[in-house]
This record gives sequence, structure tokens and C-alpha cells, in this order.
Amino acid sequence: MDLSFSAEELAFRDEVRAFIAANVSADTRGKVLGGLEVSRDDTLRWQQILHRQGWGGPNWPKEFGGTGWDPVRQYIFEEESAAVGTPRLLPFGLKMVGPVIMRFGNAAQQKRFLPRILSGEHWWAQGYSEPGAGSDLASLKTRAERKGDHYVVNGQKTWISLAQHANWIFCLVRTDPAVKKQAGISFLLIDMKSPGVTVRPITLLDGSQEVNEVWFEEVEVPVENLVGDENGGWTYAKFLLGHERTNIAAVGASKRELARLKRIASEERKDGKPLLADPGFAARVAQVEVELMALEITNLRVLAAEAERRAPGPEASLLKIRGTEIQQALSELMMHAAGPWALPLRRGAISERSGVPSTVPEYAAPLAATYLNLRKASIYGGSNEIQKNIIAQTILGL
Amino acid sequence: MRFTPTPEQQQLGDMVQRFLGEQYGFEVRRKILDSHEGWSREIWAKLAELGLLSLEVPEEQGGMAPAVVETLLTATATGKAMLLEPWISSAIIATVLIRELGSAQQRQEMLPAMAAGERIAVPAHFEPGSRHDLKVIATAARRSGAGGWTVKGQKSVVLHAPAADLLLVSARTSGVPDEPDGVSLFAVARDGPGVSLSPYRTLDGVCAADVELTGAAGALIGAEGVAFACLLAAFDQGLAARCAEAVGALQAILDATVEYTKTRQQFGVPISRFQALQHRMAEMLIHVEQARSMSYLAAMRAAEPHGRERRRALAAAKVVVGNACRFVGQQAVQLHGGMGVTDEIVVSHLFRRLTALEMALGDTAHHLEQFVAASAEAEGT
Repeated sequence: MDLSFSAEELAFRDEVRAFIAANVSADTRGKVLGGLEVSRDDTLRWQQILHRQGWGGPNWPKEFGGTGWDPVRQYIFEEESAAVGTPRLLPFGLKMVGPVIMRFGNAAQQKRFLPRILSGEHWWAQGYSEPGAGSDLASLKTRAERKGDHYVVNGQKTWISLAQHANWIFCLVRTDPAVKKQAGISFLLIDMKSPGVTVRPITLLDGSQEVNEVWFEEVEVPVENLVGDENGGWTYAKFLLGHERTNIAAVGASKRELARLKRIASEERKDGKPLLADPGFAARVAQVEVELMALEITNLRVLAAEAERRAPGPEASLLKIRGTEIQQALSELMMHAAGPWALPLRRGAISERSGVPSTVPEYAAPLAATYLNLRKASIYGGSNEIQKNIIAQTILGL
Repeated sequence: MRFTPTPEQQQLGDMVQRFLGEQYGFEVRRKILDSHEGWSREIWAKLAELGLLSLEVPEEQGGMAPAVVETLLTATATGKAMLLEPWISSAIIATVLIRELGSAQQRQEMLPAMAAGERIAVPAHFEPGSRHDLKVIATAARRSGAGGWTVKGQKSVVLHAPAADLLLVSARTSGVPDEPDGVSLFAVARDGPGVSLSPYRTLDGVCAADVELTGAAGALIGAEGVAFACLLAAFDQGLAARCAEAVGALQAILDATVEYTKTRQQFGVPISRFQALQHRMAEMLIHVEQARSMSYLAAMRAAEPHGRERRRALAAAKVVVGNACRFVGQQAVQLHGGMGVTDEIVVSHLFRRLTALEMALGDTAHHLEQFVAASAEAEGT
């Protein structure tokens, strides 16, 4: 038993660290480290820089233009990226639709779509949830009817992250309403420029516009954009959810946020001393920190099992639950560390640096907004309650 | 990075599990618990036969040290079985103390006998005034003629003291009570003159005693005044073993709870169908897995030289494990309903062991403070 990385893995880490530090712009990095919103251009530019290095698909096999890294190297890459403060790579193409096309798409689809994910030409959105289909995803109603060499799509998707930036969307649609609900679903790739597609932003509790409704009215989608078999979509959807949960623990990002919390709590003063020296506050920080230390090892255990080709199991649910709890706890502590400075919330505080009242420290401006925004973490990607159902049924056999 | 034991290590782990499963079942253990001594010499002899008392004994005395993973696996198995015998006290903590501090002659004199199960030594360290602080030692020793020492003081809640042949007593040979320098270690015969025990059982049924030393004869182990670093090392190894032991007990109490809820029927269905209970058990499982991860970290770090990182890792481990002991133990009792609060079934025994484990060698609050202090030092704040 050995909890440390091998010499080759450490050398790889150094290589990644050096490349990232040399290539991410100071401006972008400042936004990430300061908890500010990263723009569409920041994200795309970073994807393109990695693509030129041959690292555009850190989790992809070589045959599709990926790095071919094993799970441990993928983990190291994500850790280092988070620690330095790069934009987060978009999961919708790289971790969701990409792996589905590789596994279930035909050769033409692979040739057409995969390189454009790597280059950043296609920004994908995930068209899963609907107003009446959240945790109970299989009850989705968006219809796709075959008419000649097209499907005609009608319906509404919701909670679509960053759809305002996307040019493609992959959707679960109902192609057979007569059968058991899971058996009548198909997986369609839809060009968002198609006539009849409308994106309506939803304003969130922190004032941000991160998610959207996407409406489909008589949208014609060529049948060649169907992935796999008609009515086979539920299988692909479940496959995708398994991939979505890799690195869901976000250990690297949480370590970075913990360091930020400690910086803030060292600057804020209570009774003339740094807040971090207050035993009560220090204990609250420490409780989160030890839980994060444990999660890092639990995450490595899951990775090691994957590397030994034991299938990625329901342990991912555990990582999702604790990982998001830790993210939320850290944002809450940061807000509390800022104390009264966290109260002046302005709409869009996450996306702007200026305009904060001059008495408020610069770092405090986004803290409340981040706290509010991160309530989503325990809801998205399968709510934490759904994850507990998975643990109960799959691991505990209840 | 590897989380799987080697085949040899796994074999040993399986062997311990099998032995305890077959020969240390609930009813057997209950008889031992109800006996006057509260532990079993026969079981002790078998543990010796299986080589489990020599895991921390160096090769030159016929042992297996270093055997980090073997110790981890064995401790986990003893946790599930709720061992009452002084395995951690004698085969881990006392063995490490003698190994690290003793002269060649003392090692040769004591370790093979301990490994063979012929002699039991336990640490007698904590005192009425020390709470969880290792460095608060008021017990004092003075030279008494020809190379001998006499020891005076009080040691409290000395686990397994009534089972021991030798008490390894920490005592001050110079300095003031909370100073690390000036602490020495003495081997004191448990039934010698000037030693009196007030025996009792701890809340999980382990035999223990308060020890009054009134001029007891002590043999100095190793050099004078330099025992403190070794005490830290030995108690850290003990702490790591306690963490692994807790993981065994945690898994056992979770398994028992899952099993119980599947068989217990109410409203015409097994209560395991109720989502409120399912989610509770999912949360219990997360605690168990987080504790397991930290038991690995503790085992690896405890074997390293003393430093902030070791202190920090072990404190963190004890916090995560301690939180798990409390949450999982309490919920297991709750989910067993009325049965959970009876003495009849394994769950209440495991609960008592988990409760004791949370408090053993420093409770969660203590280690959280230790963690904060070690982190602040490491970060230079």
C-alpha cells in the first residue's frame, strides 16, 4: 500500500504544472483565483491553448485525438489546473457528448464532431432536464417525430448551463410515447442555429445568467444526427451520467478555495487578531479541511480501482455528495469570514470587479454571490438525494 | 499509488479475519467479557501463535517490523471482533516503546517474550491532571542506590493494567510537569511492592485500572530524560491502530444495521424500504469510507519520523474517524429501535466500543485543536 505518486507521475505533474503556469494568462488566472466569472472567450482560449499542446482532450483516448492519459494522470492534470487557476474545461463536450459519440456514434459522427470539440469550434450544451423531468429524467416529454429524413422536434428543455454560448446541444427526446418511458427515448444532436430553437435566460438568485430555457418549435433535425439506435437513448444517457461524475469531487478546486478562505480569514481581524486565529472560526475551517483530506484519499482510492480496470462504481455518488458539501461549506465560511462586507450584494458581482463601495475589500465583493450560486452544487448532476438513493440501492442493496 | 495489499499481506489479513470469525464470535466474546479477568489467556496464546504479537517486533528479535499494512489489516479485523485482549496496548504501543527506547539487552530480554505471549507490558502514561495531553507528567522517579530507581505518582485509566505483567511508566527525572525534556520510561512489575491497582472496566468492557505508585521499583528503559519523542511515536502508532480498529467496528455496525433493516418488518414492509432510513444508511456509509481513507493515511504517516506533517495527519485522521464513530454508532442504535438499546445484540456492544474509541488517545475536540495548531505552525501563521 502506497499513498504517494510514482516518480513518473511526479515528473508528469511537474511538466503539467510548468506548462500551465507558463500559458494561462494572468488576467484569466486572476478571475479564477478571485472567484469571478470566467468569460466565454477565457474558456475557449484556454481550450485552444491546450489543443495546440495536444492536451485538448485530457480524458480522451489517443485514437480520437485525446491524450490517452490514465485516470491518475487525468486527476493530476485537473488538480494542477485547479491549483494554478485555469478556466474549467467545459464538461459538456469533453466529458459528456464526446464519450457518448466515441462509444455509440457512427464513424461519420465521430469524424464530424469529435475534432470540433477539441478545437473549441463546437460549444455543446446538455439538453436533459425539462420542467416536469428533473430527478425523474425518464419522464421527459420533448417529442421528436420522424418525417422522411428528418426528425421534427417540439418541446422545452430547462436548466441548460451556458446555452447562451453554445452552438450545439445534445438532447434526450421522446421518439416512442407508447412504450415504457425509458424505452421510448432517443439521443439527438441539434444545431442551435436551426430555425425554431429559442434560448431564454433564467436569472439566478445571485443575479447571474448561467442557465437557460431552450425551446424547440418544429425544429428539423437530420436523421444522421441520431446517435446510436432510435429509442436506445436511455442507455446512452446512463453511460453519460457515469462519465459526468468523474472528478465530481472537485478536490483540486476545493483545495484552492480552502487556501483562499485562509487568506481572507488571515486578513480579516477580530479582537485585533486574525480571524483565523480565533479558536471557534479555526475549528470550523479545520472541520472542512480534514473532511477534504479524507475525500482526496477516497477519490484516489476510486481512481486506483478504475486504473486496475475495476469498473467505476457507485462510489462516484459518495464523491459527489461530500465534494459538493465541501464546496458549499467553503463558500459559506468565506462569506462569514468577510462578515459585514459580504452583505453589499450587487447583481452580477461575480462578473465584475469594479463598482464595489470603497470601504469593502475587493475580495469580499463576490463572496455572497458565490455562496448563493453554489447552492446549485448539491442539486445538479443528480441531486445529492438521488446520489443517496444510488448508494442505498447499489452499494447497500436496500 | 496503490491501495491494495500484497498477496502475502492480504493472506495475513484474511487469516486474522477467519480466526476471529471462527473463534471470537459474539457468544465467545460475551463469556470472556463476563469472566472475572475480562480477557482470555487462551486467545492471547493463539494471537501469539499466529504471529500477531510480533508485528512491531524487529527482525533481530524474531519479529516482522516494519509491518505497517499487516498492522493496519489486523487492527481492522480486531475492531470488527471487538477484541478485549491487550493487543494494541502490548503488541503495538508497549512494543514500540521498548523497540525504540530500550537498550539491545532490554530489547532482547523483553520483546521475544512479549511476542511469544509469555509477557504482557502496557503503557501507564496518562494521569489525573493530564486529560489528553501527553506531556503533562507529574509522576517522578529518583535514583535509589545501585542503579535502581523508585517511582512515585498516579496513573489513571491505564487500559489493560490488570492483565499486564509489566507497566511501562512514564515519569519525570527532571523538569516541570508539562515539559517534554526530562521524561523517562520505567518498567515496573505490576504485582511488585509499591504498586497498587484500583481495577474497573471501561464503558466497552475492557479491563483497566488506576495505578498508585508509592516508591515502586522501576528499571529505566534506555537513556534518562529522553523518552518523550518515543512516547509520541508509540502513541501515534497506537492512534493509527485505533483508527484502523474503528474502521473495522464501523463497517461491522453498518453491516449489522443494513441487515437488520432488511429483516425488520413494519407497516407490512421491511423498514429498509423507507427512504428516510436509506438516506441515513447512505450517510453512514460515506462516514465509514472517509474514515477508512484516513485510517490508511494514519498508518502511513505514523511510521514516519516525528514532525508537523505526522502530527497534522494523525490529528486529522482522529477527527474524521471520531466523527464517524459518533455519527455511525448513534445512528446504528437509532435504526435498531428498541433492540438497539439492549445488551442482547451486537450493535450495542459495537456502539460502546465506538464510543470508547472516539475518546481513546484524545477525543475529536482535542485532535481538532492539535490539527489547527499543527496547520498554523506549518503555514507559519
